[in-house]
Amino acid sequence: MATTTPHETPPEVAPASRPLTTVVNDTIKNTLLSVQDYTELAWQSIVNLVSPPFYFRDLLDQVDVIGVGSLPIIILTGFFIGAIMVLETAAQFQRFGTTALTGNAVSLALIRELGPTITALMVAGRSASGIASELGSMVVTEQVDAMRAMGTDPGRKLVTPRMVACVAVLPLLTGVADFVGLIGGFLVAHVTLGLSAAEFWHHAIDAPGTNDLIHGLSKPLVFGFIIATVGCYKGLKVRGGTEGVGRATTSAVVIASVSILASGFFLDKLLMYLFPV
Amino acid sequence: MTNAAAPAAAPIVFENVRLGFEQTEVLRGINFSVTPRETAVLLGETGSGKTLILKLAAGLLRPDSGRVRVLGRDLGEMSERELLDFRRQIGFVFQEGALFDSLTVEENVAFRLREERVDESEIAVRVVEALEFVEMADAIAKLPGELSGGMRRRVSIARALVSRPSIVLYDSPTAGLDPVTSQRIITLILRLRDLQGVTALLATHRLQDAFALANFRFDPASQRVLREHEDGASGGPKTRFLVLRDGQVYFEGNDRQIRDSGDPYLAKFLE
Repeated sequence: MATTTPHETPPEVAPASRPLTTVVNDTIKNTLLSVQDYTELAWQSIVNLVSPPFYFRDLLDQVDVIGVGSLPIIILTGFFIGAIMVLETAAQFQRFGTTALTGNAVSLALIRELGPTITALMVAGRSASGIASELGSMVVTEQVDAMRAMGTDPGRKLVTPRMVACVAVLPLLTGVADFVGLIGGFLVAHVTLGLSAAEFWHHAIDAPGTNDLIHGLSKPLVFGFIIATVGCYKGLKVRGGTEGVGRATTSAVVIASVSILASGFFLDKLLMYLFPV
Repeated sequence: MTNAAAPAAAPIVFENVRLGFEQTEVLRGINFSVTPRETAVLLGETGSGKTLILKLAAGLLRPDSGRVRVLGRDLGEMSERELLDFRRQIGFVFQEGALFDSLTVEENVAFRLREERVDESEIAVRVVEALEFVEMADAIAKLPGELSGGMRRRVSIARALVSRPSIVLYDSPTAGLDPVTSQRIITLILRLRDLQGVTALLATHRLQDAFALANFRFDPASQRVLREHEDGASGGPKTRFLVLRDGQVYFEGNDRQIRDSGDPYLAKFLE
């Protein structure tokens, strides 16, 4: 049978009724093949960085689309996450008479976990779907084949700039989400607990150490890589016309979101070992 | 009915090429060659593998077995990186044009030249030249979404010829177009063949396109399309018909041979 790359779209074959064992067998094989194809695409997106041609203009375009374009949603979600955190914990702090520690709690939770994870999930929802639908549409309209036919490697032109842009902007977006979250937390703490700005910000700034910052800003690098490569992979593997584009978009968001949460767990374990707090 | 003996200098040679997907083998031993400056017209029913043959000739797909030689190179032995460089010698006109919809007509046509880091002043000249060839110079600043289907095909032809390839592959260039626009596209293909001498492989299910290519030629002196022998001159046999059936080349010959074959399948096809 044909040797296909992730960029090729063999024609649809009508499914025939098959025995259950064959279906299970094929499902396992297809899953393994998908993992292999994804790994190859992800690895190649890194390898492409060491040799020309480089597409700086495409990279800047993607930084604008993924980074600047995600700012409003990140600011909104960051603000409300910080605000909700204080709202939910205020009663407990009051009960134990430790309202002064509100700044510590919000700051640590945001910087170490909530900031990176919520930011990554929001960008996954916005950009993994955007990347998958854009590339998927290019596949079904033969634009990706046209690119290859003109001697341009879609991996270099489409995948690597998106990967680099995502990896570069996600820590910055996380920093913005953390900061805006603290502002949201402070406003709610000031109104509900009567905390002064000095009390809140003194604890919020003092609480996180260097290792906390390393935890909080290294995870977005991995999350950014996952969002871009999953989006690109699902987009470039689209089959079945516009309906296929819809399916790829949905599964890109689902896979990227689950991968972010799962990898977050293992990254936490690794970072706790490397940078104990 | 097929002629498997491939001339040594043939720019495109298929030798016993087989290709399948999942449980279906689409191509079951394809043999043919295209001689220099010749247009080979691939005819066949929908799903007969015409597009696959074009993609194999461009190295966009690899055969399961057999050999595809283009411009003397065995595509099966080339890496993807080598193929990317190699494809710059080939023009490919996709069925729906496959223009990059976020780029203007100028950026689409100049795409390959910019990839090759050609000087911008030269790009400007060559893009206008290519667009004038397809009579689309007025649309240079438009986006593909603003163009009609026929205009997109013409821009696609301009994009394919801007790098002056020696081989052009056309995938159903007139599919879905009205008769007048189709005729315009065929005239462009004739001009490209007779003015620039490109070797072409053209997939279509429209028999009238194939006969138009076989029976007409573009006369550089009068800048007109003439019927073969109309002015006593002829460019020689430039168009060959390849009919696909059951994954193989069922018939190979010129327009007269296909008409006179008496084969029931071809007769049905000609109807």
